[in-house]
Amino acid sequence: MIELKHLNKEYKTKKGTIYGVRDVNLSIRKGEIFGIVGYSGAGKSSLLRCINLLEKPTSGEVIVDGVNLTTLSKPQLRNARQKIGMIFQHFHLISSKTVFDNVAFALKAAEKSAEEIKKRVPELLQLVGLADKADQYPAQLSGGQKQRVAIARALANDPQVLLCDEPTSALDPMTTKSILALLRDINQSLGITIVLITHEMEVVKDLCDNVAIMQGGVVIEQGAVYDIFANPVQPLTREFIQHALDFKLPDPLWDKLDSGSKVVKILFRGHAAEQAIINQMLKVTNVQGNILHGKIEYIKDKPLGTFIMEVKGEQSEIDKALQFLVDQSCGVEVVNRD
Amino acid sequence: MISSLTELLPDMLKAFYETLYMVGLSLLAAIIIGIPAGILLFVSDRGLFYENRVLNMVLGVIANIIRSIPFLILLVLLLPFTQAILGTTIGPTAAAVPLSVAAIPFYARLVESSLREVNKGMIEAAVATGAKPWLIIREVLLPEAKSGIISGLTITAISLLGFSAMAGTVGGGGIGDLAIRFGYYRYDNKVLFTTVILLVVLVQIIQFLGDWAARKVDKR
Repeated sequence: MIELKHLNKEYKTKKGTIYGVRDVNLSIRKGEIFGIVGYSGAGKSSLLRCINLLEKPTSGEVIVDGVNLTTLSKPQLRNARQKIGMIFQHFHLISSKTVFDNVAFALKAAEKSAEEIKKRVPELLQLVGLADKADQYPAQLSGGQKQRVAIARALANDPQVLLCDEPTSALDPMTTKSILALLRDINQSLGITIVLITHEMEVVKDLCDNVAIMQGGVVIEQGAVYDIFANPVQPLTREFIQHALDFKLPDPLWDKLDSGSKVVKILFRGHAAEQAIINQMLKVTNVQGNILHGKIEYIKDKPLGTFIMEVKGEQSEIDKALQFLVDQSCGVEVVNRD
Repeated sequence: MISSLTELLPDMLKAFYETLYMVGLSLLAAIIIGIPAGILLFVSDRGLFYENRVLNMVLGVIANIIRSIPFLILLVLLLPFTQAILGTTIGPTAAAVPLSVAAIPFYARLVESSLREVNKGMIEAAVATGAKPWLIIREVLLPEAKSGIISGLTITAISLLGFSAMAGTVGGGGIGDLAIRFGYYRYDNKVLFTTVILLVVLVQIIQFLGDWAARKVDKR
């Protein structure tokens, strides 16, 4: 659906050239939810804006639904943009216009007739659950409601793609959940391809099928969300996942541990998470295990278990136990106090 | 004192009407030409949806040149121009010509700066819908900047009132002219003070109406 080929975006400033996006190649399939993760300044926002040419790439190709947007004339680009919806962190609704008129704006952009607008806007507001707010002004709405209006506006012209620029970063956790649920709903019921940028791995975990991690304008790692969570390669990816899964042992717990024991982090991927592997390990080796932390996450309905265990016993037995886990295709990592 | 004032009343009314006429006429010119010019100055700037460096520079330089000329000098410089288009340089209509020329770039800059206050993200969101420039101007920029555009009109009107007194001295008529001819040249302080009070009241009324209108349209 979306192909980015050798995409570069440079900014010329007095201090020299800043590289916003560097040689990015991405392929986003029709109907999927694709996440782009990175810290601020990583270039994810520039990348997203290159998809509908709000920012003109310095070089490279942007192909949406088979059309290379960089070759289009201004009127052609305007038509193409009507099929690419976009929502923003700060909603960007027209504050001097009612909810109805905000949604109607997108329809006017597509030169729809007044009757069509009158018919379509209530449908769209119904879809986002704001049928009763048509005559209110944005200032009278909560953050979540504003984002819903923005979503209605973005969907007005039946787009094939919805670009989301940190859609939940300005919202509280409860509202975040409801907006993410709405996006998932839209993706499934309307089949719209969603590209979403965020700095929260939680959002990716809850929503996305595939994810790309960006650093310094470069995509450093990409793949299916489950694989990235289960098998992160880059240090930055690990860092992001650590935030999302959060398994730092508290200091008082470290104080209580035996000096002779080892603390290991065990990652159970897929089916391993549902089997009694720890139990087997304790049976076949002569070690004592004490679970300090345990959690099973379901990512796209596939389980991913993370356990932190204190393992006590002879060094050779500990090694044997850890080898057993590795053989069972678990990720094993010795954790040291930092 | 009363007799001299009642004697002057017809003159005063005529002068008042003349002032309103020339300020009103040049304000109209400012609205008709200054608002589009201000919009063009804004949307042709770098990074905006109608980016055009040449147009932006040409408009900007013209506005700066006119605004850097002191009004009294502009008044004199424009005498041949006024003569050419109206066939006279005397009277309130003739005075409205230099007033308009001064008011247009002044107001255009105020319109431009009030458009600059519009949230850039809001404009970006409008561009992302694929809207044409004219639709974005009409449906986003103007409604969002309406309050500032009205405030700018208030400032322009009050400045024009001041300029109109100068225009009066070269044969334009109006309250300022009355104040100078009767009050200053004839040392008639009563007339001088009466006209000044009249101007103060007029400014207060304009400011009050402008503030009220600007508040009324603000939906944020």
